[in-house]
Amino acid sequence: MQAWTPRTAGRPTATAEAGAMGGGPAALVVEGVSHRFGAVQALDKVSFRVERGAFCALLGLNGAGKTTLFSLITRLYDSTSGRITVAGFDARRQPGQALARLGVVFQSRALDGDLTLRQNLSYHAALHGIGGRAARDRIAEVLALVGLSDKTGARAATLSGGQQRRAEIARALLHRPQLLLLDEATAGLDVRARAEVLALVRGLIAERGVSTLWATHIFEELAAPDHVVVLHKGRVLADARAADLAGAGTLAQAFLDLTGGGA
Amino acid sequence: MTGWSIAFAGIARREFLRFTRQRERFLAALVRPLVWLFIFAAGFRAVLGLSITPPYKTYVLYEVYVTPGLCGMILLFSGMQSSLSMVYDRETGAMRSLLVSPFPRWFLLGSKLLAGVIVSALQVYAFLGIAWVWGVRPPWLGYVTVLPALVLAGVMLGSLGLLISSAIRQLENFAGVMNFVIFPMFFASSALYPLWRMREASPLLHDICAVNPFTHAVELIRFALYGQVEPLALAVTLGCIILFFGATVFMYDPAKGLWRGRTGGAA
Repeated sequence: MQAWTPRTAGRPTATAEAGAMGGGPAALVVEGVSHRFGAVQALDKVSFRVERGAFCALLGLNGAGKTTLFSLITRLYDSTSGRITVAGFDARRQPGQALARLGVVFQSRALDGDLTLRQNLSYHAALHGIGGRAARDRIAEVLALVGLSDKTGARAATLSGGQQRRAEIARALLHRPQLLLLDEATAGLDVRARAEVLALVRGLIAERGVSTLWATHIFEELAAPDHVVVLHKGRVLADARAADLAGAGTLAQAFLDLTGGGA
Repeated sequence: MTGWSIAFAGIARREFLRFTRQRERFLAALVRPLVWLFIFAAGFRAVLGLSITPPYKTYVLYEVYVTPGLCGMILLFSGMQSSLSMVYDRETGAMRSLLVSPFPRWFLLGSKLLAGVIVSALQVYAFLGIAWVWGVRPPWLGYVTVLPALVLAGVMLGSLGLLISSAIRQLENFAGVMNFVIFPMFFASSALYPLWRMREASPLLHDICAVNPFTHAVELIRFALYGQVEPLALAVTLGCIILFFGATVFMYDPAKGLWRGRTGGAA
């Protein structure tokens, strides 16, 4: 069986190509994106970009708009205004192509607890048009990558929190995306599991060049060279390297200074 | 296999796996109509006379009359169960996995709907098998000709369930669906009593039953079970499918419908 090719074998849009760095379009470009829920302005002219093979942290407190932004990137709903391109494909005009290049780990656990790990991954593969031997091979490959080969036949509900997160990362990698979105992927994990998940994601970037947008509010998860976008009350307050943001102090202090103590 | 058929097969396989893992759901789906067939129908047989009306060519026992209605009942409850599972999936976040697939949303919703109908049709055949043992024996060919009717009726009721799921914000609100959708649809229909009987009792009630889409779904099944097509029932069922599914796709569209007004974590 052949892997599914997105509808209308599209080309990246001209604007995204023009803004490309490193020989191809950026993994993600968010341009002036606003979103409103009734009277609540959830996002206000948010702009930033994630380059190919880069790790970008979206840093913000609960309610900053991180999940809303993820929902817009993944087309769960449409933005009020602005533009999002994934690997050069406009998420609104070329949703199939854009979504085919996204791997997503949502904040809430999204494995089906009644099904085995293999069945969960097989379902996800099918949702990307991958079936048969290709699916089986990729499932074996990604489970080996996240260290869960021995859990293939285990029901998802029996896995620990850390294992479930790793399984969700495996699932997100199945269709070989160019951009991995992780929305507070370490939420609810103990220190050890959190470190394992973070190490896994950083390893993927180093070994496979998978671009990553990592939403978090945990400063300790970020390293000095990381690209950090500070989101607060729906607005981007800073877009710089973690080391530059922290200056002589700590990233946490810089964040509090930027956000007025987080209020 | 193309990507589209792989995706559909994957969605159908998941629905089937979930169904087989939830044996109590299968039992509940069977027990409900069987209780009606064994107890309710037995009681009504004595008091409710049925004249010869199409598709029946002779007088029929009440349990024969009520069997297509009970097939419809299975599809109705199953359709609402799908709605419940969509709301649950949305609350737990599992629905995101489905909706972030690169396939168009109408295809994903349609595949989920059709997969649910296939599972429901299996339940209906299990029920018809028990009904056969109980003495309800339509012609053998009827078991084949009823299949398209079951699919159409199931798709119509499943579409309604999906449409309702798009409007329900929380699982707790689902009890209202039972009270305001399932029970009125079932009781104000031709599932339990012929429409001419309804007219004798109350012309208004007859008119309500006559416009109830579930009535037409039941009549479509009833005629198909005897190798016949009821044109009005077919037309109404097809029209309702277009209406309900179209509205569902609108409601689940990222740029339209209620989806737009939801908060960030509600999807």
